[in-house]
Amino acid sequence: MPEQLAFTIEVFLNGLMAGVLYALVALGFVLIYKASGIFNYAQGVMALFAAMTLVGIQNGQVPFSHLINAIFGTEIHHFGWHVHSVLAIAFTVVVMIILAWAVQRFVFRHLVGQEPIILFMATIGLAYFLEGVADLMWGSEIKALDVCMSEGNCLPQGMNGWIDQTTFDVFGYGFFIDNLDIVASIVAALLVAGLVMFAQYTKQGRAMRAVADDHQAALSVGVSLNFIWILVWSLAGFVALVAGIMWGAKSGVQFSLSLIALKALPVLMLGGFTSIPGAIVGGLIIGVGEKLFEFLIGAPFLGGATENWFAYMLALLFLVFRPQGLFGEKIIERV
Amino acid sequence: MFYREAGDFSTTYAEDQQTFPIKFDRYRYYVVLFIAIVVVPFVINDYWANSLLLPFLIYAIAAIGLNILVGYCGQVSLGTGGFMAVGAYACYKFMTGVDIWWGGELLFRLPEFNIFFSVIMGGVMTALVGVLFGLPSLRIKGFYLAVATLAAQFFLVWLFNRVSWFYNYSASGQINAPERDLFGVLITGPSTEPWATYLFCLFFTIVCAVVARNLTRGASGRKWMAIRDMDIAAEIIGVNPLRAKLTAFAVSSFFVGISGALFFAVYLGAVEVGEAFGITKSFLVLFMIIIGGLGSIFGSFAGAAFLVLLPVVLKVVGVDWLGWPTDIVAHLQLVIVGGLIVMFLILEPHGLAQLWRVAKEKLRLWPFPH
Repeated sequence: MPEQLAFTIEVFLNGLMAGVLYALVALGFVLIYKASGIFNYAQGVMALFAAMTLVGIQNGQVPFSHLINAIFGTEIHHFGWHVHSVLAIAFTVVVMIILAWAVQRFVFRHLVGQEPIILFMATIGLAYFLEGVADLMWGSEIKALDVCMSEGNCLPQGMNGWIDQTTFDVFGYGFFIDNLDIVASIVAALLVAGLVMFAQYTKQGRAMRAVADDHQAALSVGVSLNFIWILVWSLAGFVALVAGIMWGAKSGVQFSLSLIALKALPVLMLGGFTSIPGAIVGGLIIGVGEKLFEFLIGAPFLGGATENWFAYMLALLFLVFRPQGLFGEKIIERV
Repeated sequence: MFYREAGDFSTTYAEDQQTFPIKFDRYRYYVVLFIAIVVVPFVINDYWANSLLLPFLIYAIAAIGLNILVGYCGQVSLGTGGFMAVGAYACYKFMTGVDIWWGGELLFRLPEFNIFFSVIMGGVMTALVGVLFGLPSLRIKGFYLAVATLAAQFFLVWLFNRVSWFYNYSASGQINAPERDLFGVLITGPSTEPWATYLFCLFFTIVCAVVARNLTRGASGRKWMAIRDMDIAAEIIGVNPLRAKLTAFAVSSFFVGISGALFFAVYLGAVEVGEAFGITKSFLVLFMIIIGGLGSIFGSFAGAAFLVLLPVVLKVVGVDWLGWPTDIVAHLQLVIVGGLIVMFLILEPHGLAQLWRVAKEKLRLWPFPH
């Protein structure tokens, strides 16, 4: 197999893996958008917030310690204990549920019936607010997130070595794939399967789909909108936590995490706002597309760093021909 | 007691249609103009000019521009930072003489433009780019368009970073404003007087505000608002959506470009594109018009003033009085800005401008309740 082709395939595979991570963020968007029509710009910041909370709880940091120290002149930073990862994740889920409740109670309950664009701007405000709160709570320095996958011991040791060896035997060229990416793909697949099962086979899931279909009809058959919205925001918070763990383990928990939310937007455009499979497929297309474009055209001819804008341009061109995305519902407008 | 229309008779249509039909309001406006033009230049110093007045004036222009697009025409744009960058780089190229290369050799070089015309050209170039990125708005709407404008934001910043022609092949990749004067008074460069830069920006701000005000209450403004309220219905009653949307993009980008040019040439002097015109700038200007009031020229000023003032006030209170570390104050600022955005959207979706309208209505009856 020629070297160039092998390289291209490797880039393709890595793109697929990056796409899985984009898809994870996009999934949270779709959940909220389907159920409440809110386009949640804060999803990326929620991932950041969740990851920071997880690290903070793991390390036994005192919340708001910097602020408390500044006000009262004290010197407290840590409780002095370390929490086991599983327990810390459970606590973080609780925090995300409280957050979901608060967002619903204090923000979106007051904005019911507003135009979508107003709701969108409210989520931008929410994103800034959450980011500030997260920084105040846990400090803004880059943190290493150390759940099991960063050491690779969630998978049998030497997994990527095995892939490298096998592909070398078969094709004469060893592919390198990060352990973390494999874990991310498996987790994403499980998450999507879980969400689909939840939506299809549980009572709450059915209620959720009913709300997504028609608010008023759902209300009239006795579904509590309030509860469903809190449920959906909690689910989105959970998805954000998973995305936060993956990205955090890959590149450290830092502000740039919230920027992946922006990358999730073109993913949604491609896949359509209302479709869970769309989010996955869109994420994969964007991930593969930008890696391949950078490898084949960007780096040799355009001076590199095309990953910054390729996704948006692709979405833009795509939208001109198919405004509702690949899997979205057709947009019908009436006067 | 104030803002009473009693005894204020208009005898011509022109009088009836003027921007400030109430005498009290008109005089207040003249007083504000008088103070801004005649009084402030004599009392201004470097601190006031650089930390408050210049950013306020420049952001006000950007906010007016964005308000035309978002508040009047209903097309949400997240590309303001990118368009400001176009204004800045166009201004720089025209200041230093545009060089056209073909096949590796210099074809010709335009003479260096005066700073005033460079700023104008910054606006014109941005208008052209704005129309180009406005074209998709004919097919896509709402959030979709917002994301499409993100493409402009990231692509333009990348372009100005990568193509060295835009920064005249300088090694640092920055653009630095050379010393330029207007009527013998230095406007750009390191050794300017605060009053000169202030008056230069003030001139542009006033002209932009007057033009925007008159555009938005005239035929084109009505078309924009019709498109905003319901584009299909507008099309049916005879508004050409192509023209309405593209003119909104052009005018809006023109203003944003002017503000970008001023931001670079007069205010900062040296610019690194990713830092000065990143996505945060787009959001900052968007927040200004949300807090100030969508669809209001006064709101653009109010929002710009508010968001320029807020960090300064927080810094004075937090860092200087309370002695907190700067990073905590910066985070608090995020919390406060975010909270305010949400609060304004819930309590007063029309922003500070609406508060001002309500206050006027109250003042009119004051001190009698009925």
